[in-house]
Amino acid sequence: MLKLNLRHAWLCLFLVLGVGVVQAKEAESAAANPEIEARMMTLATELRCLVCQNQTIADSHADLAVDLRQQIREMLATGKTENEIRDYMVQRYGDFVLYKPPFKASTAVLWIGPAVLLVLALTLLGLMLRKRQRLSDDAFDPEPEADPNTPNKA
Amino acid sequence: MKARLLWPLGIFIVLVVFLAIGLKLDPREVPSPLVGKPAPEFSAPALMEPDRVIRKQDMLGKVWMLNVFASWCVACREEHPLMVAYARTSGAVPVIGLNYKDKREDGKAWLSQLGNPYTDIVFDLDGRIGINFGVYGVPETFIIDKAGVIRYKQIGPITPEALRDKIEPLLRQLNA
Repeated sequence: MLKLNLRHAWLCLFLVLGVGVVQAKEAESAAANPEIEARMMTLATELRCLVCQNQTIADSHADLAVDLRQQIREMLATGKTENEIRDYMVQRYGDFVLYKPPFKASTAVLWIGPAVLLVLALTLLGLMLRKRQRLSDDAFDPEPEADPNTPNKA
Repeated sequence: MKARLLWPLGIFIVLVVFLAIGLKLDPREVPSPLVGKPAPEFSAPALMEPDRVIRKQDMLGKVWMLNVFASWCVACREEHPLMVAYARTSGAVPVIGLNYKDKREDGKAWLSQLGNPYTDIVFDLDGRIGINFGVYGVPETFIIDKAGVIRYKQIGPITPEALRDKIEPLLRQLNA
């Protein structure tokens, strides 16, 4: 009786260990590590797919995007940081690969341009309003008596 | 009053100029950050002989071209006759083919059908060499100098004009 139990125990042990080994292998090969997968997807949404330029590497089904996602997965698995991977991509594909380009001389117009235009437009608007303020009343059309577009006032 | 009327015209002309410039720019042509930098190292099997390994170092001391192609790539088919013709000209530099993400049999069949202009062909099954060279649209062609530095990158098929006006003068200059 005891012998049989021992044999059962051994069998169970082997089975349990065996299952463990098989599962570990699967996780390794399919990159089914959810943490890495999540980090990979976050990073991939910041990177432009150069084959289909208006998609991110996360969205795209292009062959290159699939390869690059795999590349990111592997680099994360070997302990590379997000910044190191970003640099790796920029070294190969240029700043264009980043959806949020870095601030430097060649991108200054891109970053500052809209703000400059806004200030310019506001200044112009201010000047024009001030000019109108100084005009006498008869420079403007008289206000209409009633708005024909609003109902109940016919 | 006249100056006021000219304002919209002025703005219109500025817009037209910007749009015209925008139309001429090709958004698919992304300047490669690799131009002026050493070509990435590679070491991969030859397409024709799987047991032989080709390395970047094999080409040091020579001016050469790396032409990325694949049997599944339509534009490569369009470019290929020009490569074949170039390889026959006297003083042509060695052209190394990079068979990118292809099946070995397909790559070989493609070359036996269309002609093989390559001095040697590197087989890049998983596209890793392609990634290191920043390849995103096949065909692409790199000109690499004697020190192993990338000097020029052609994205998309080489046209007869590009060959005559850009590539050949650069090769002459590098070989001088």
